[in-house]
Amino acid sequence: MPAEEPPTTASQEAARLAAFDSLIAADQRIEPTDWMPPAYRKALVRQMSQHAHSEIIGMQPEGNWITRAPSLKRKAILMAKVQDEAGHGLYLYSAAETLGTTRDEMLDALHSGKAKYSSIFNYLAPSWADMGSIGWLVDGAAIANQVPLCRASYGPYGRAMVRICKEESFHQRQGFEILLALMNGTDEQQAMAQESVNRWYAPALMMFGPPDAESPNSRQSMAWKIKRFSNDELRQRFVDMIVPQAEILGITLPDPDLRWNEERGHHDFGELDWAEFHAVLHGNGQANALRLAKRRAAHAEGEWVREAARAYAERTATSERMAS
Amino acid sequence: MQNQHQSPSAVLTPEAIAARVAPQDSPARATDDVARYALGLGDDALVLAQRLGSWIAAAPELEEDVALGNIALDTLGHARGLLTYAGSAWDQTEDDLAYFRDEADFRCRQIFERPNGDFACTIARQLVVSAYFTVLYRRLADSADPTLAAIAAKAVKEVEYHLDHATLWTVRLALGTEESRRRMIAGLEAIWPFVDELFAADPAADAVPAAAVAPAGLREPFDALLLPVLDQAELPVPGIAAVRGGGRLGVHSEALGPLLAEMQVLARRHPGAVW
Ligand SMILES: [Fe+2]
Ligand SMILES: [Fe+2]
Repeated sequence: MPAEEPPTTASQEAARLAAFDSLIAADQRIEPTDWMPPAYRKALVRQMSQHAHSEIIGMQPEGNWITRAPSLKRKAILMAKVQDEAGHGLYLYSAAETLGTTRDEMLDALHSGKAKYSSIFNYLAPSWADMGSIGWLVDGAAIANQVPLCRASYGPYGRAMVRICKEESFHQRQGFEILLALMNGTDEQQAMAQESVNRWYAPALMMFGPPDAESPNSRQSMAWKIKRFSNDELRQRFVDMIVPQAEILGITLPDPDLRWNEERGHHDFGELDWAEFHAVLHGNGQANALRLAKRRAAHAEGEWVREAARAYAERTATSERMAS
Repeated sequence: MQNQHQSPSAVLTPEAIAARVAPQDSPARATDDVARYALGLGDDALVLAQRLGSWIAAAPELEEDVALGNIALDTLGHARGLLTYAGSAWDQTEDDLAYFRDEADFRCRQIFERPNGDFACTIARQLVVSAYFTVLYRRLADSADPTLAAIAAKAVKEVEYHLDHATLWTVRLALGTEESRRRMIAGLEAIWPFVDELFAADPAADAVPAAAVAPAGLREPFDALLLPVLDQAELPVPGIAAVRGGGRLGVHSEALGPLLAEMQVLARRHPGAVW
């Protein structure tokens, strides 16, 4: 953790900033011991902790289906997937801790409702097919968002993302395979898959955030090379990626305006309901209260366990000191 | 732990076992007698994995979501191998056996049915069953039945890790705070009446003495593993009478029915469906 910085002269200040800017310009990594502008540090803590929170809140909708998975193979895959997400949370909290914020502080911010997590997890997953849609669309959108983050200017973040992205492609594939099995199955299974994709398509597109014109934070993030592509660029990439996959599945994406635009070399797609996006973001989604309550309960119920681990660690440390 | 151990042979995945026993005349298929024995072991692991799976996203800390997830996944892997092999005797898949048998047809011992309770209760159950699995699989690795031996040889490395994990937490909780000690003692007392059944006679094991491990012979090595842990944790051996048991005969506690209802609900709504 960087200590309180000694006062500096204006020229020293300018020199540090110039050194930082030239590192960024040269596509070099910023490491924890490097000087960085306070706003850069703050933006990173905000983004990385939000990202970590999303990983652990994201365990809930899928975790809820582990006990009911309809085959043992699917149960094993789902367990492995949800467990990966816990691991992603761990990598990201550790990476964020290098910026001088503790995991406890970040979790407190989550539990108090101060910190955000991805709004996508405030939608409910009442159907088994949602395990398919979440993997295919939600993890799919996460990959589109995250692959560029592997080159994020802050070293520990970029390196955490490299590990995470390796696992995310398995997540998307298992989701796609769940839907594929359903679409190759009975009429009821096909209807289950279509109904689920109908619910998840638009929320997944909104995972990239508001349109560029309304996204003030992302311009600064791009200048600092934390973020490499704009929300709208990433959204377009994602749509272009899933359209052919939907064709293989034989599933209809619920957007009447979705069509190939020869001139642009991209798919056009319909206007998204941003009022809905903001409503969910501000707490009025189907599951905001539910997700947070479950997280808080797990944390509160675990308090005595964490306390016991601390007490035991202190006791053994003391007795080792006495022995030596 | 799934990712940390080298699997000795690709043949051991449930899918590989399924492929090996697929041909009608495959010599790798289980005989009816061996299948009955494998079924009991498979049910033990399946029911435990189902219980452990409920911890994911609810553990006291993120590290434990990962650890309990790993343990659940390993245990489910053992169940899948054993059930796939058992099913080969009767033209049934692991899923036929897991999802389409009724409660009275399950052969799990009752300790595996015990509800999770609090973290201490889960750790107490995990300590006992991991010590049991460790001594069981060590011996089963020498089974005259090559498939059972191979499944056990892979599983033993995993359950040894599970035992380390449970030991670590048993000691931490027992010697941590006043509250954690109280809960650890309560957890151990809740699980203790179900310990003896692990070593009770199993007619399916008696029927195939060369392939199976006789349960009664496991008590001594089990005690040799478990008692030093209790000693280290300064936990008294509970003086509580054993329940009657009977899981291997299809006699179950009241906890199994709801567990199966939840596990089987979706599969049974779509009989014959492929997932
Ligand atoms: Fe993830
Ligand atoms: Fe994921």
